[in-house]
Amino acid sequence: MTTKLMGQKVQRVEDQRFLRGQGRYVDDVGIAGGARLLHAAVLRSPHAHARILDIDVEAVLDLEGVHAVWTYDDLADLAAPMAEPLPLLIPHPALTHGRTQYALAKDEVNYAGEAIAFVVADDRYVAEDAIGRIRVSYETLPPVVGIDAAREARSLVHEDVPGNIGARLEQNVGDAPAAIKAAPHTLSLDLTVERSACTPLEGRGTVARWEPDLNRLQVWTSTQSSTGVRAAVAVKLGLDLGQVDVITPDVGGGFGVKINHPWPEELLVPLAARALGRPVKFTEDRREHFISSAHERGQVQHIEVGFDDDGRLLGLDVEFWHDHGAYTPYGLIVPIITSTQLLGPYKPHNYRVVFESLYTNTVMVTPYRGAGRPQGCYAMERTMDAIATYLGKDRADVRAVNFIQPDEFPFDQGLIFQDGRELEYDSGDYPASLEKIKALVGWDEFPAFQAEMAAQGRRVGIGLACYVEGTGVGPYEGAHVHIETSGKVKVATGLTTQGQGHATVFAQLVADELGVKFEDVEVVTGDTRRMPYAVGTFASRAAVMSGSAIHLAAKRAKEKALKIAADALEAAPEDLEIVDGVVSVKGSPGASIDLGTVSVLSNPLRYAFDEASKAATQFSVGDPGKPPVAEDDEPGLEGRDFYSPERATFASGMHAVIVETDPETAEIKILKYAVVHDCGHLINPMIVEGQIHGGVAQGVGGALYERMAYDESGQLLNASFMDFLMPYVTEVPDGIDIDHLETPSPLNPLGIKGAGEAGVIPSAAVFAAAIEDAERVDRPALAITAMPISPSELYTLRQEHP
Amino acid sequence: MKPAPFEYRRPGTIAEAVAALAGGTESKVLAGGQSLVPLLSMRLAAPALLVDINAIPGLDTIEVEGEDGGVRVGALARHAAVLASPDVRRVQPLVPMALANVAHATIRNRGTTVGSLVHADAAAEMPAVLALLGGSVEVAGPAGRRTISADELFVGPLESSLAHDEIALSAYFPALAPGAGVAFEEIARRHGDYALVGAAALVDGDSVRVGYLSVADVPTVVDLSGVPEAGLGDAALARLEPGDDIHATAEYRAQLVRVLTARVVRSAREHARQSREGRR
Amino acid sequence: MTEELHDVRLSVNGTMYEIQVPARRLLSDALRHDLGLTGTHVGCEHGVCGACTILVDGEPMRSCLMFAVSAVDHELTTVEGLTNEDGSLSPVQQAFSECHGLQCGFCTPGFLTTITAGLRDNPTPTHEEARDMIAGNLCRCTGYQNIVKAVERAAVLVDLAEAPAPEAGRRP
Repeated sequence: MTTKLMGQKVQRVEDQRFLRGQGRYVDDVGIAGGARLLHAAVLRSPHAHARILDIDVEAVLDLEGVHAVWTYDDLADLAAPMAEPLPLLIPHPALTHGRTQYALAKDEVNYAGEAIAFVVADDRYVAEDAIGRIRVSYETLPPVVGIDAAREARSLVHEDVPGNIGARLEQNVGDAPAAIKAAPHTLSLDLTVERSACTPLEGRGTVARWEPDLNRLQVWTSTQSSTGVRAAVAVKLGLDLGQVDVITPDVGGGFGVKINHPWPEELLVPLAARALGRPVKFTEDRREHFISSAHERGQVQHIEVGFDDDGRLLGLDVEFWHDHGAYTPYGLIVPIITSTQLLGPYKPHNYRVVFESLYTNTVMVTPYRGAGRPQGCYAMERTMDAIATYLGKDRADVRAVNFIQPDEFPFDQGLIFQDGRELEYDSGDYPASLEKIKALVGWDEFPAFQAEMAAQGRRVGIGLACYVEGTGVGPYEGAHVHIETSGKVKVATGLTTQGQGHATVFAQLVADELGVKFEDVEVVTGDTRRMPYAVGTFASRAAVMSGSAIHLAAKRAKEKALKIAADALEAAPEDLEIVDGVVSVKGSPGASIDLGTVSVLSNPLRYAFDEASKAATQFSVGDPGKPPVAEDDEPGLEGRDFYSPERATFASGMHAVIVETDPETAEIKILKYAVVHDCGHLINPMIVEGQIHGGVAQGVGGALYERMAYDESGQLLNASFMDFLMPYVTEVPDGIDIDHLETPSPLNPLGIKGAGEAGVIPSAAVFAAAIEDAERVDRPALAITAMPISPSELYTLRQEHP
Repeated sequence: MKPAPFEYRRPGTIAEAVAALAGGTESKVLAGGQSLVPLLSMRLAAPALLVDINAIPGLDTIEVEGEDGGVRVGALARHAAVLASPDVRRVQPLVPMALANVAHATIRNRGTTVGSLVHADAAAEMPAVLALLGGSVEVAGPAGRRTISADELFVGPLESSLAHDEIALSAYFPALAPGAGVAFEEIARRHGDYALVGAAALVDGDSVRVGYLSVADVPTVVDLSGVPEAGLGDAALARLEPGDDIHATAEYRAQLVRVLTARVVRSAREHARQSREGRR
Repeated sequence: MTEELHDVRLSVNGTMYEIQVPARRLLSDALRHDLGLTGTHVGCEHGVCGACTILVDGEPMRSCLMFAVSAVDHELTTVEGLTNEDGSLSPVQQAFSECHGLQCGFCTPGFLTTITAGLRDNPTPTHEEARDMIAGNLCRCTGYQNIVKAVERAAVLVDLAEAPAPEAGRRP
């Protein structure tokens, strides 16, 4: 019997291609077509808030090599729906004032970077020359930048949105204000988190080709949702869904930003390809990615908490203000996640949360890895630390008394989650995680180490943060498994992949379930021609959703294979097994048939085209008394299935970090980083650990280096990798200690939970805690209430707390 | 992010290069291009003419001049070559100390030390080093060759005193005097970034001088001779104007000036002591 | 106004290519779009990320910070030129696969070229030197942990591969 691949550190099949420079990213598409490919560039608003008075494209028209220049006024003639605003993807009753931008700005612009005009030219260089020649007259309007300005509402982003409030949403469990009032101890905290962004190394990009001979459109786009883009393109270009294929090639990182769709260019490029009859490409450059894709994280939070002498929560009342930028295409997903996932592994008993989602004249906000959870975790964990400090208790102990216990699952938090379902945790073991993280980081030994360092004049501090992450949200994913007559297995699932190794882990699952060789399985993702029903890759859902669907589809294919093989081998299906692609009767290996032959037999043929297919032609097989394909059957050895869970499955984990702060320069150095992670059964521990590594590094960036620095006029001052400080190897911990807990999910056949986002969730919380701890070693304590924190800001804090 | 069109010349001699630059056309000289090309790609600069000097032979030299002379670095000597040169390390160790902090190795493989000097970025390491050492740059123009001393070279933010039709041919870093010591240290947000503050010290007998980067519009050298240990930083600050930006407040930069000044002076004194002992 | 085109001969991975490009064509674009060598990726076009790093006469350089017209007279090596002559993965490529040193693969070519040159110059890096070797390249996926492991693993693989021929490496 072959070893199960589930749980093995299987090397990735993707790597061969990537390592040889043979990856196929969207900017690589169409190059072989040579000169026919045209290139697009976009004129973007230099102002954060302005009325467009006039656009003069005269100087562009005679520029050699320019094929089209469009502004809003051109859109209706090209396709009527293009004159409407872009879709609001996730409506919510509380989003009373949702607004989305136009593909090209109509009358006004609401952030610096908003698309105004679209140029198609022979190459990107000429397209940029053309952009530089377009003259726009603006009447600038007062910009609203930052949450404070949005709340003050002295100016409005959208004239018809009073108070700049896009949405207000409140949820209650019990009576938090009353419980806090009655509590023996209370605290309040005011916290802020600044904006950051996903910044994948590959920006956005789209290539489209109109096939006049087929009357079809083919679109390649760097997205996290092929089916979403397909639907949007069809609607906006006035095409039937069946006329549009969307293919997601290799994607150079997503981290959330590519789940939003359609971007203006995702519509304008196909539109241009159809209008011009030539393939068209848009490849976003780095500056554009900063000013015209999406950001996340920015929130201001106010927390009231009541607790008993042990630090047990009695009531928690959280109010926060979420900066969603100029538009709300992705609805309220981020603040809803913050408001619900804030609770982490704890029982608040009484909880009230209310948020306002606010407009500002800045780049819009859509999910970034963690999607609101880092902010929620930060609020909760800062609160736990504050309680411990107030009571003079160990920070781990205060957390422990608040944990949901292992025997309390499923545990209903009494809230509605981002998917519209109950926030009901399926499984977990938080006390066990806490024990593991304490051992891994050396929690109990730390005070001695801290004292030893203090004696040398060195400040070290430790932080701990816990989270729970709802992963694998619905509605569904599907899979198609096809065993070809060669015995090779072709698998398709519709969600897209951005480097998570899906082709490897999904092949592991298929190889296990079907009993075929791993190397005989080939997985295709994100191609609507192969699997038109899909949702997308976000919310740590790919393994849970598509993994489960693939498992189920493989099971169906196997059932069919066994049925056909049973006929051929004159045995009962339950007496058969499949090993390395060969079906045999258990215990008598002589009686066997390989899966390729089973596939031949599954498809009754009239025509033979090779030796193998002869066996399936009409004079060779079949009972003349029966139809060649039974009434309840289909030709072909295939399995197709969908997985649609009732609700999300809840992964969890804890991070701990030891930092050293320089008494003179306030530089912050990471001495140790430890992670305990529970995502249920691991399919491929190597890949899960890779996800954690990447998340932790991104978290370090978010906690200590990265921010979006807007000035008061709404200009992004650091729209480059020079000044947006994404960590190099020199800024991340040298080694990340990881321990796993595997508490299976009861919600899916594999017992798995999502793992993609976890690494980044506790970062702001855990670093704030550790730095705060280091800073109280030999100086007056200071509270860290704003993240990220730079050495300069830490120095300022010291000055403020002399 | 693609450059605007420009006319391109690739002269084979200095004379041809000077001739190419003559006239009123807005032009730029391309050597390593590690600072210039991003400016072109972002269209923050759009010269009509680019004169690529990479094909001119003999400009990539690194030579020690005379007996006690310093080191002359040609316009096409890449940072990496200067950094690796045993001659440079022996004659003026401050140069490699500072060069190790210039961006990342890959940038140093293409970028030139002379290019960095005439780019005149007050946040860059080498202008501060040249200023501290009292070095110079030799340039060629329509009127022939001339030498510009460091204190006349840096005239403003990203502005050198080279005329638009002049080409820098080489830079001269004076040798470290016997018994003198140097040190360099900087603090950057990320390894390889431009420094928030950087300081280079030269201690020679009673003379203590420190050159700074990122605390003024131009690389600035402060004479701290005779200043007591504890007052070094504040004495330096009296002559500097650290500013605010998105990475650091002026107050924080001032603190770094205090810390780094103390550190580099201490290290340079130690270096001087070692070099005196080494000679004995 | 038609932009002047320059005849440019580029020697890449041992093959001589002749193209006609405007002076402003970035070398990265020439490699990708004119030569079809799309293994070299463009991540920032201002020299910070390192995804476009290629070897110029064996030394790692940013191809987005060079013009194609200026790259004549050099021997260029891109990621496509790193594999062994028999088509198998080079030690550095092999180590990346073994150590899971890549996820989305976009930054990977720049790391591979940089490390290939780095290990040639320093075949036995210490852990610190292994980290330093990749300190100028950005990766958003891996957190660098496994890339550092891959550098160390590659050093072992190079050593194994070159054991019979110790002269194969070049030292500065």
